[in-house]
Amino acid sequence: MTPLLAAAPVGILAEPTRGTTLLVLLLAFPMLLAMVVFLARGRLATWSVLIAALATLGTAMALVVQLLSTQEPILSVLGGWTPPLGVVLRADGIGGAMILTTAFIACAIAGFAESSFRSTATSDRRAQTFWLLLAGVWGALNLVFLSNDLFTLFVAMELLTFSAIPLVCLDGGAAPLRAALRYLLFAMIGSMLYLLGAAIVYGSFGTLDLGVLADQLRAVPFAQEELMSATSLLPSLPPSAGPDAAGGTVGAAHASGGDHLLLALALMTVGMLAKTALFPLHFWLPPAHGGAPPISSALLSALVVKGSWFVVLRLWIDLAANWTSGAAEVGAASQFLAALGAAAILYGSVLALRQQRLKLLVAYSTVAQIGYLFLVFPVLVAAAPGSPLASAAMAGGMLQAISHAFAKAAMFLAAGLIAESFGHDRISRLGGAVSVLPVPVIAFLIGGLSLMGIPPSGGFWAKWLILSATITSGQWWWALVVLAGGLLSGAYLYRVMVATGGAAVEVIDPVDGPAPAPRPVPAAMQAIVLGLALISFLLGLVAVLPVDLFDIGRVVGWLSAGKVAP
Amino acid sequence: MTTATLYGLLAAALIGIGLFGAILHREFLRRIVAINVLGAGVFLLFGAVARRGAEAGVTSDPIPQAMVITGIVVAFAGTALAVAILMRLADHDDDANVDEPSEQPPAHAPTGGSGDPP
Repeated sequence: MTPLLAAAPVGILAEPTRGTTLLVLLLAFPMLLAMVVFLARGRLATWSVLIAALATLGTAMALVVQLLSTQEPILSVLGGWTPPLGVVLRADGIGGAMILTTAFIACAIAGFAESSFRSTATSDRRAQTFWLLLAGVWGALNLVFLSNDLFTLFVAMELLTFSAIPLVCLDGGAAPLRAALRYLLFAMIGSMLYLLGAAIVYGSFGTLDLGVLADQLRAVPFAQEELMSATSLLPSLPPSAGPDAAGGTVGAAHASGGDHLLLALALMTVGMLAKTALFPLHFWLPPAHGGAPPISSALLSALVVKGSWFVVLRLWIDLAANWTSGAAEVGAASQFLAALGAAAILYGSVLALRQQRLKLLVAYSTVAQIGYLFLVFPVLVAAAPGSPLASAAMAGGMLQAISHAFAKAAMFLAAGLIAESFGHDRISRLGGAVSVLPVPVIAFLIGGLSLMGIPPSGGFWAKWLILSATITSGQWWWALVVLAGGLLSGAYLYRVMVATGGAAVEVIDPVDGPAPAPRPVPAAMQAIVLGLALISFLLGLVAVLPVDLFDIGRVVGWLSAGKVAP
Repeated sequence: MTTATLYGLLAAALIGIGLFGAILHREFLRRIVAINVLGAGVFLLFGAVARRGAEAGVTSDPIPQAMVITGIVVAFAGTALAVAILMRLADHDDDANVDEPSEQPPAHAPTGGSGDPP
């Protein structure tokens, strides 16, 4: 494959884009932080977290401003090596939106954690471990959102998994350790299946770059010659390219690349679904998210599961949706994904309704809310990129991911404050919580309203867009699931509202004795929780703005970028 | 049958054995070993892909080999983390190596996160 080294820069890669440094900084700041907190302790660690967090947040904002002003994806060709051999970082609208969301939530959780460490006199070692893992999760998520090839995505997902799992057992204890181990084993099987899929893609197409793969799948007619010159050294071309494409020494042996692609996509998707905890691969999630300390649960539930969902989105929307000759198979697969999502919504909501403990209720609600993220797949793979229907469906999916991230971070942190103050989180014994801890309880309920889809919350817009996109595309049965999920989440929220709003019940536990009086919690932590919940609720008011953002760079591919007009 | 095909079939067998063990065994340690068998199969497949994708006159395509090294490092790190958590778990629990019965509905799982302060 040595001659590939001489391959000329493909198409638009030859022109440098503005804002390239931002992509590098988004990865460099969290990774530098990880290295610094590995050595620094105490006050020095706190200051470095503050500086790195604000620097990353500022860079994320600059990235989104840059995207909105140019309306073009931002590229960074690492080391000047172009695909198919080199690695390119690419920030498109959806990636930029997720990076900004991650930055906001990570900053909020860092502030909450700092306040919590100070108020409970946490040991330096525990704080240091948390900062290290936070930096790892943050950097890995940024890499997931910027990756443009299957192997970088693999590396980013591994970094994310290995940073996320120790978060579960931050405080030790048999149950969290067991939950963490089960999560890790699930995730490792998932990684291996993903890697297997990547091996099959490489064997069939000779590249892992999403842009080159999309070009090959699309086999853009008007750029056929350009495509051939760019990829003639690759082992094969897809069957749709016609008999004239079967050039090269081994091309003929790969004539059925399409079948391989379907197998590879299935393996990679199952691997990522195990990490996303989509029904029926969700069994590890409730014990892991419900048993972890609140700062970890918030990070895991709000952000970490979105990373692997985003990989599935890239695989099916940016890659498989371009595969014209396999449209029927891709359509069927997307219906299957949506069916799993629908099952997750119903199953997760019903189980959330039956939970006795607040944190487990929130964890099962995550299982349900993940389901919504998959309902948009059938619409997205069928609609042309840039069409109003595709824009609406993508906006619905992204708003669901973003508003759920804010709402769930607020709910887990609020549940953590309630549990810390009361010394337990049994829903039946939380009577009077609203008068003792008004701010966390109200924040919890506001976050819940966004999950239910009450206007004008972000969740309302997300569900509204998903609902209308599924109906417009004639798939009304998914709309019924959206409505049922909203009702069920209203029901479990109502349970919490009744329990916390009622009078304080004096329950004398036969084992624990009379419950101790609730302890006060610092005001800064309450403010952060309320802020997150309000952002989630008010996200609907800016829903008009992000619709433009999500459409930036929807057409993936080096040859077709800018040629297939949205 | 070419060498690459033979390697491919061996890889498929290892992947099958590993997946079977990783899903069906209830002991954590066996599952960790099974995942490594699965990983070995995947890495072997990368080798087969590298051999088959090589151009005439070249022994092997270096790109899959570069990727497989990363894959091995990741699998090694994951195994080390899993064993470390398992050893920590063994300090708490005599039955550390046995996963809970999977047929137990999670709604009633008493251990589902009792790690909170009492």
